[in-house]
Amino acid sequence: MEAVKCEGLVKTFGKNGRKISAVNRISFAVRRKEVFGIVGPNGSGKSTLIRILSTLLIPDAGSAHVFGHDVVREYGAVRRLINRVSVDAAFFKGISAWENLRYAARLYGLGKKDAKERSLDILGRLGFAEKRIYEPLEDLSRGMQQKVAIARAFFTAPMLLLLDEPTTGLDPRSKLDVQNYIKDSMNGSASDLTIILTTHDMREAEVLCDRVAIIIDGRFVTIGSPSQLRSMYGQPALEDVFLDITGREWKEIEDEY
Amino acid sequence: MNIRTHTYGSVAFVERNFALVRRYIGWEAVFLSYNVVNALAIGLIGARMGKEMVMYLVVGAMVWGFLSILFHEISESIAWERWEGTIEYTFMAPISRFVHLIGNCLWAVVYGVVRSSLILIIIVLFFGISIKGANLPGLLVVLVVSGLSFVGLGLIAAVLPLLSTEKGAYATHIMEAGLLLISGVYYEIDVLPVWIRPLSYLSPATYTLRAMRAALLDGAGFGELMPVILLLLVTGLLLVPVGMLVFSRAEYYAKKKGKLKRSG
Ligand SMILES: Nc1ncnc2c1ncn2[C@@H]1O[C@H](COP(=O)(O)OP(=O)(O)OP(=O)(O)O)[C@@H](O)[C@H]1O
Ligand SMILES: [Mg+2]
Repeated sequence: MEAVKCEGLVKTFGKNGRKISAVNRISFAVRRKEVFGIVGPNGSGKSTLIRILSTLLIPDAGSAHVFGHDVVREYGAVRRLINRVSVDAAFFKGISAWENLRYAARLYGLGKKDAKERSLDILGRLGFAEKRIYEPLEDLSRGMQQKVAIARAFFTAPMLLLLDEPTTGLDPRSKLDVQNYIKDSMNGSASDLTIILTTHDMREAEVLCDRVAIIIDGRFVTIGSPSQLRSMYGQPALEDVFLDITGREWKEIEDEY
Repeated sequence: MNIRTHTYGSVAFVERNFALVRRYIGWEAVFLSYNVVNALAIGLIGARMGKEMVMYLVVGAMVWGFLSILFHEISESIAWERWEGTIEYTFMAPISRFVHLIGNCLWAVVYGVVRSSLILIIIVLFFGISIKGANLPGLLVVLVVSGLSFVGLGLIAAVLPLLSTEKGAYATHIMEAGLLLISGVYYEIDVLPVWIRPLSYLSPATYTLRAMRAALLDGAGFGELMPVILLLLVTGLLLVPVGMLVFSRAEYYAKKKGKLKRSG
């Protein structure tokens, strides 16, 4: 069984009488234990797709399944299997990292002791000093807050992790910490984790992802392993593939007008 | 999911809100003083009219204070989540909306009781009120059953901050002002224009206040209070599930239209 299977997924938003097709008939499948990357320009529909898989948006048409469970009809089962990190670390900023993590732990039925052990382990590996988890979150830097968000997602031991630009806005050192942590979690022999990752950093996609889809205007225009994409488009790096495709697509769109 | 995970889930909200209160404890003190001053000022309006009038007004201020805390804390919890952007994370967690809302209601009750008791103590000392002859157990029962209705109304009001921009939380004040007008908090409802009066009979607070005053000022016994207690109980038992249903419908609508506050 695939970890994720989407068929003909559509999500349209109405804005000031205008319709925006954020996700426009997307079909794909993600294999178990795969890291599946989604890259594309701003506003191309990456986060919308992630939200549908997170049961936070109801698609207008098509279907999405997570480990065989329909995200609309069996949202309860899906929620037990997933967790998510978004680009903006959303927390109760006035209270400490630990208080936020304890809150999340309770929502996932994770005991306090387990929660503390796991979060300290994860944060330690991310280079986060233990004593700072008792400080109000608003006193922590953005990079540190994002590490707490990573811990919040990983410590519930999800089967599917949805990482929506987890490293955007981090300094190179923090970025590397997070990337290495993701890599290590995939390599652990006990790991049964599947990841969907969106990013604007093509090097990151190249390093972390088994396969990458490029999304433009709510549609997947190509999909393949980084090396497949490079040779398919005759480019030395994924970044060039991205620029080539997005440049071309945009030109075609412009030509239509 | 078993009972343990459910309790665990609802405790999450109590614990979290408690941490928030502790963090902003200075502000809590400020707002508490404001409530006390408010209740005192209202009590003093009746000072020239005799002890009975003071009591009449103080009961109004206290009951209204308690009910509006219940009402507010529930929508406030949602407003706060929306404001911090955590609402998506709470909504995608594997707890049922029922457990989530019960947790918020539980918090509202705990918070409301503690806060109202503090205010009550200060008021009683200030006005030298004696509650001899009052039916205190009856008073408590009335308060508890009417609390249910206000929890239900609070759940309905929570839809506003869920769906609307940050202004939604403000709009709950409009609902509250309407209830204040029709429920006879500081006056008998027969002073209201005839065309408004029918609305008074729809507000659970009207019955609460009448029963509270009967129990506290006239020492009315359980026999006398029973019809009101039953009425409030039935209303509460209806309003809480209705509130949950309305909230769930609103959640579905929000997910369909993309109205949940997005973070990232
Ligand atoms: N809840 C919503 N209501 C209205 N429009 C929305 C909503 N969510 C997304 N959109 C619109 O849908 C389109 C796709 O947005 P989305 O956030 O999915 O893009 P993205 O690929 O994640 O972009 P970015 O790289 O900037 O994060 C955009 O035009 C956006 O304005
Ligand atoms: Mg996005």
